[in-house]
Parts: sequence; structure tokens; C-alpha cells
Amino acid sequence: MDHFFLGCGLFLGFLMMLSLYRGIVGPTVLDRMIGVNAIGTKTTVLLILIGLLYHRLDMFVDIALAYALLNFIAVLAASRYFQKRKGLYEELF
Amino acid sequence: MVIALLVIVCVVAGLLFFAGGTLGLLRFPDFYSRLHPAGKLDTMGALMVLLGLGLHQLFPLTLDSVLTGLKLMLILVFIFLASPTATHAIMDAGFRAGLEPWKKGDPRR
Repeated sequence: MDHFFLGCGLFLGFLMMLSLYRGIVGPTVLDRMIGVNAIGTKTTVLLILIGLLYHRLDMFVDIALAYALLNFIAVLAASRYFQKRKGLYEELF
Repeated sequence: MVIALLVIVCVVAGLLFFAGGTLGLLRFPDFYSRLHPAGKLDTMGALMVLLGLGLHQLFPLTLDSVLTGLKLMLILVFIFLASPTATHAIMDAGFRAGLEPWKKGDPRR
């Protein structure tokens, strides 16, 4: 069962790498926020998988909960910040 | 044994949703269309995986495993509430900044 969770964790890590591609390349700054938000959700699940692998889930479940809360607040703050037009269109310079 | 099978099916389904979400995140042409898979499929993937892990965690039925499983369900409910709200906040930022949605025939943005 542990090997199964290890495989799931590795697959999630690979998916996070793909989301990171959108986070880096994303033409507009808001695309980057989608990529980071996707990575945040995956990190929460990955934390719990790691907790299962270490057989100390009661500690990791708290870490994952804190991470989910922080990710949510960060996305709200960032989206409040990026409401202006700058960074959305390819500037000429 | 049935429980282990149920856990594996749940977690694999969750990973399938995650994979679909990531694929949509990469391939869709526009900011607004990328929000669909990123918001919905990631939430559903997280839900399925957490449900499977909660089921797995529950089963040597002692008090602390039940409480940890309950906390897992708390995370599940929070992600279920927070992820759509975050996606809506991002969409609102894009809409307020005046980003027009992509129409058929436009170049990929």
C-alpha cells in the first residue's frame, strides 16, 4: 500500500511540474496565478500523501490544513492586487 | 481487502481528475478557458483523493485514526469551499482589468 502512495505522490509531483510550466510561461500575470493556485491545491494533497508514507498522518494533516488556508488567502490577496491593466497585454518595450 | 480496493479506486480517480485539470491548464487557448479545468478539476481531484485517504485512514478503527479522518474531512470541506472562491477571485481580477474573453478564430492568448 505504501508503494501505491509513493507512486501517487510521484505522479502528483510530475503534474506539479506541468503546472509550473503554466506558472512560468503564462502570457498574462493572471495565468501565472492559475498555475500557482493549481500547484497549491496539489501540494495540500501531496502533504497528506507524505504524511501517510511517514505513518505520522496526525502531524501532517495539520500542516496540510494550514497550507490550504494559506494558499487560499494568498490567492485572494494576489487577485486583489492584480486588478490593473499592467502586465495583461504584451508591452512594446 | 474490499476497503483497500475502494481506496485505490478513489485515489486513482482523483489522480485522473488532477491529470485532466493539468492537461486543460496547459492546452486551453485563453485565461478564462484555463480557469475551468484549473478550478473545477483540481477541486474534484482533491476531493476524491482525500476521500480515499480518509477511508484508508479510518480503518484500524481507533479513536485517533477516526479523529484524524475527521480532520481530513475538514480539509476536504475547506478545499471544496475555498478553491471555487479563489478561482472566482482570479476571474474577477481578470475581468476588472479588462481582459476580453477568447473567441473562436482568435490566436492563442
